[in-house]
Amino acid sequence: MTAGLLLGVVVQGVMTGLVYGLMALGLSVIFGVIRVVNFAHGEFAVLAMYAAWVAFTWWGVDPIVAALPIAAGCFVLGFGLQRWLVSPFVGRAEHEQFILLAGVAMVLVNLLLMGFGPDARPVNLPYALDSYEIGPVILDKARLVAAAVAFVLTGGVIGFFRFTRTGTAIRACADNLLGAAVVGLDVKRLYALTFGIGLACVGAAGAMLVTISDASPVLAHGFTLQGFIIVIIGGLGSLAGALLGGVLIGVCEALAGFLWQPSMKSLFSFLLLVAVLALRPQGLLGKRP
Amino acid sequence: MGGLTRRGLAAGAATLAMPAIVRAQAPVLKVGLLLPKSGYLAQAGQSCHRGAMVAPKVLADFGMRIEIMDVDFESNVDMARTQAERVINAGAHCIVGPFESGAALAIAQVTEQRKIPFVINIGAAPQITEQGYQYLVRNFPTGGQLVTNGLALIKDLLAATGAQPKTAVFVHANDTFGTAQRGAMDALYPRAGLPIELLDKIAYDPKAQDLSVEVTKIRALNPDVLLVVTRSADAIKLFRDMVRQRYTPKAIISPGSPGMYDEEFYQGLGPLADYAITNLPWANFNAPMAKALEAAYTPASPRYRFAAECFNAGFTFEALLVAADAHKRAGTTDGEALMKAVRATNLAEHVMTGGPITFDAKGQNPNIVSACVQNRNRTPTVVLPVAAATEKPVLPMPGWQGRS
Repeated sequence: MTAGLLLGVVVQGVMTGLVYGLMALGLSVIFGVIRVVNFAHGEFAVLAMYAAWVAFTWWGVDPIVAALPIAAGCFVLGFGLQRWLVSPFVGRAEHEQFILLAGVAMVLVNLLLMGFGPDARPVNLPYALDSYEIGPVILDKARLVAAAVAFVLTGGVIGFFRFTRTGTAIRACADNLLGAAVVGLDVKRLYALTFGIGLACVGAAGAMLVTISDASPVLAHGFTLQGFIIVIIGGLGSLAGALLGGVLIGVCEALAGFLWQPSMKSLFSFLLLVAVLALRPQGLLGKRP
Repeated sequence: MGGLTRRGLAAGAATLAMPAIVRAQAPVLKVGLLLPKSGYLAQAGQSCHRGAMVAPKVLADFGMRIEIMDVDFESNVDMARTQAERVINAGAHCIVGPFESGAALAIAQVTEQRKIPFVINIGAAPQITEQGYQYLVRNFPTGGQLVTNGLALIKDLLAATGAQPKTAVFVHANDTFGTAQRGAMDALYPRAGLPIELLDKIAYDPKAQDLSVEVTKIRALNPDVLLVVTRSADAIKLFRDMVRQRYTPKAIISPGSPGMYDEEFYQGLGPLADYAITNLPWANFNAPMAKALEAAYTPASPRYRFAAECFNAGFTFEALLVAADAHKRAGTTDGEALMKAVRATNLAEHVMTGGPITFDAKGQNPNIVSACVQNRNRTPTVVLPVAAATEKPVLPMPGWQGRS
């Protein structure tokens, strides 16, 4: 084993982690503001993967290009879902919210299964199998492009929340709901916008994930679980934390797989989760409640 | 009101006689078909299902009647147990399935308790037939048989091609089947007498989203041969990452596992799917029953090629054949009598390669043999044994670049 191979594994982990981070960002945004945990998170990511597959197979659109329209579609879907389905459950018992969104997840997965069947749907991009060799490190082109776009989009979302009036208003709702209502903010609309933005992140991430992994309904549970691990490690509600959590999980899994057994990758993710919960329960970049 | 007529009397007499006629016939055998039609094994489960759906018609042509009660256990072992209970409560006389060893072990507990015959179509974990179950038979090789036959065929392959690979790495899924295959490899590889040093054994999660780290690890060892135990979705990921990481082994051989002959594999990889080798039982296309199955299968599933589906479809059909044949001989749907007939099975006429379908004291069919199947032009093609081969094996395989 050489240092070059090890470096290559770390770089692979970082690239995969950036895409995971964008996906988890959606979960973090929704929970951070609305305080509803989206248990259908992975299912929406898989829905976006299928949308990217359709765009590529029917119209030849590269999933990276399709990421923006898919994100826009997911935004509209999220906005509508929050407005007409999730909104009545905000503030209700957590188990009721769980059942609602777990139900949405089941419906989505089974609709995908009925519509597309159980076979994994590949997007065979012309550059899907290309790679760059930089010294001892081999960089997979599709993953590199997906990671770069994920990094830019994550920066864009963080910038939106920090520097725009709407973003500031949403943060105000998250910090002090009563205060936000008193100063006249339309909380319901802002919640719907937040859910929309959360799903848009998931949509963009899903579109990029299809360049790494074939679209299949089977992936949904894994994505949801992975999203939870990432946001808990990074800190629930912390946008930068989601990105950091994604990269940490990506690198941790890659190193564990390379240095020990690949089948033990998930074990190390969970060990990291347990360590963070024990030592810093609010997550690495989360605020203490 | 009309008077009593001769026609009315005849109809009345016929109606009164009907229960006796019905009693004289054995009722149709209701077979609970448990398969993973959704979840991570859905591709294979659906493939088995397509074989099962044409079975009633084909069996009827051979004078056997069955009715299928179709159940999906969602690739979930707990669900398999629950669904077995449910389908038996709904009136199933026999269970067939489930493609996956873990599910087979779960279902076996139910069928044993309820005294209902359980005919396993596909499921190789040795422990299935080692736990003394009385209501279970398996018409599929054990992991040990698969690996023994698979390794013997590798030896034949080297002799036939003159190739002299020196090193190998064994990569396997860490599910019940993959782990059982790993156990068989641990026990049998040192005794197989192959002139190939096994450098490492790498287990991976078949649900992993990508296998890039696994391939980096393989690349670091740079073996001549990659021995694999996969499912189709993870086999696709493995191949793609090998291409991306510019690692070309001299041969990729499965000593007995699904994955590299599935339609999904061909569609996902195109020309990159070619030259991969799988050693496992295959359809005997010279058998009349295989021809009958293919003739029924092709119009029923026009989107799928029987040549690529014959493994899953063939073994599932054979499991239904075992049940139907036992029912025909037993003349009853009583579990105990039916199981006795199942154990006494001796079917010379069937679909897959090997001798007659019979079962030993443990319920295992010992007569199944493997063939060496190499992908050629996106079609699984028998290349060994010579008697059954339609093409000659190619080893070492060509590089990834320039394939069409």
